[in-house]
Amino acid sequence: MSDLTRKTAAELAELMTSGQASSVEITQAHLDRIAAVDGDVHAFLHVDTEGALAQAKAVDSKRAAGEQLAPLAGVPLALKDVLTQEGVPTTAGSKILEGWKPPYDSTVVKRLKAAGIVILGKTNMDEFAMGSSTENSAYGTTHNPWDLTRIPGGSGGGSSAAISAYEAPLAIGTDTGGSIRQPGAFTGTVGVKPTYGGTSRYGLIALASSLDTPGPCARTTLDAALLHEAIAGYDPMDSTSINQPVPAVVEAARNGDVAGLRIGVVKELGGEGYQPGVEARFHEAVELLTKLGAEVVEVSCPHFEYALPAYYLILPSEASSNLAKFDAMRYGLRVGDDGTNSAETVTSLSREAGFGAEVKRRIILGTHALSSGYYDAYYGQAQKVRTLIARDFASAYEQVDVLVSPATPTTAFAIGDRIDDPIAMYKNDLCTIPSNLAGNAAASFPCGLADEDGLPVGFHVMAPVMRDDLLYTVGAALESALAEQWGGVLMTKAPELEVTR
Amino acid sequence: MPSITREEVAHLARLARIELSDDELDHLAPQLDQIITLVGQVSQVAADDIPPTSHALPLTNVMRADENVPCLTPEQALSGAPAAEEQRFRVPRILEED
Repeated sequence: MSDLTRKTAAELAELMTSGQASSVEITQAHLDRIAAVDGDVHAFLHVDTEGALAQAKAVDSKRAAGEQLAPLAGVPLALKDVLTQEGVPTTAGSKILEGWKPPYDSTVVKRLKAAGIVILGKTNMDEFAMGSSTENSAYGTTHNPWDLTRIPGGSGGGSSAAISAYEAPLAIGTDTGGSIRQPGAFTGTVGVKPTYGGTSRYGLIALASSLDTPGPCARTTLDAALLHEAIAGYDPMDSTSINQPVPAVVEAARNGDVAGLRIGVVKELGGEGYQPGVEARFHEAVELLTKLGAEVVEVSCPHFEYALPAYYLILPSEASSNLAKFDAMRYGLRVGDDGTNSAETVTSLSREAGFGAEVKRRIILGTHALSSGYYDAYYGQAQKVRTLIARDFASAYEQVDVLVSPATPTTAFAIGDRIDDPIAMYKNDLCTIPSNLAGNAAASFPCGLADEDGLPVGFHVMAPVMRDDLLYTVGAALESALAEQWGGVLMTKAPELEVTR
Repeated sequence: MPSITREEVAHLARLARIELSDDELDHLAPQLDQIITLVGQVSQVAADDIPPTSHALPLTNVMRADENVPCLTPEQALSGAPAAEEQRFRVPRILEED
């Protein structure tokens, strides 16, 4: 049997259906791979060896008993450490939650379990998903498997690095401003942010509730679609869940026909500040889609330039409110409870000790933006900008079916490069943020390597609300045309990691 | 003049219940000043006639039926508590002395 960790999720499912491999064998192969390479990559915060093998064994027994199983049953997955899984440590990358074992499953985890998907462990992330590099994790930085001196993106750098290092064929991320798509772009993998409300937030440790969206990460478009279908759909436990059928994402990923599709290139997302190698690969991908029959036009979204400032008011405002629950009373870290300190002092001491620098920065920024006297000038204005961005999208979608741009202005940068320059760090998410503010579906697909540094470039597709299928149509078309040129998907060009035994 | 002073940052930290050290204040205040200058750009656009959007999609309030459903047991709910006593969360004193 050739190396099971190199297979796609769809291929692994097929091997199990045809009886050529068991879920226990496949799961063990990935656990071995984690043991061999994760010392260097550090994608995982917790590996649940026993739990994963027990889940795998259960799937194998069900299959042996002839039970009807879901398409991805038995396939292993890496879970971002921001989603609760009963009895398994969940930290959201923060010291304040060190050692916490949630007493319940998030809806995403419930659906993964129901589909028989095997959860290998929890992946590293920027603390409470605040960041674009995993450098804000309280548990150390994840390294990009393409170049271990570089960041893998963030906040979901652990999830994307895990699939890029062949530690798992699938992963779950969450996207508030680009935390699935930007790491996808930086690691040469696929990252999809479904329509806001298309996937459930129940059991997702909240960053900004009006923006947070769980979604799939994978090495191929079809794998991402299969995972998307497994986790998406209406959930009565999430008050903003959309009660409509899941868009036909798997069908779209299998068809991948862009003939006649109208594609708009966003004029404002390019030019100054964009790396030449990123722009070159992006424009080649646009040409390729034109050759495949898509109609490409340039579209202007004049208010996108205000998305970043609006986002850095809306997100900290919501985050400062959401993170108020970490008060050291019901769960999490408690510091200074010595019998003399009041509850309020204990709360302040615990938050000081438990939160990292970026979390403190954003809580204070949010507190400022929401304080009386500033509310109208900051938060109120940001909400108006949100309206203008949604209107830009609406008028663009009158002319075209999808919008496209590079996923990020640059390729993965070096560890340490931007850690003390918050604004440079924030600019990573220029292209991804507008879709969070407007709630539409968006994804990053690999489109080549930049000439300057040989690092992956992401092609960003934005589709209207509940038209997530269009993302996969474009992604699949691009993927098969590029794979024909390269003799395989982009990941086959990744350097081999050193293996420790 | 900075858009936010060191004293203001210290005040906000108190409001947010974070006991910042002097070093942290020295570091955070200038960074926040830069960030606030950046985000202040939102005042350049969006005239009075633009309605605010708090949420990307149209929402209506959701209520569930008023029925008992399974919930956490006291043991589960207290499983992550820093301190528990008599099936309750034990917390530090709430009132100040004197």
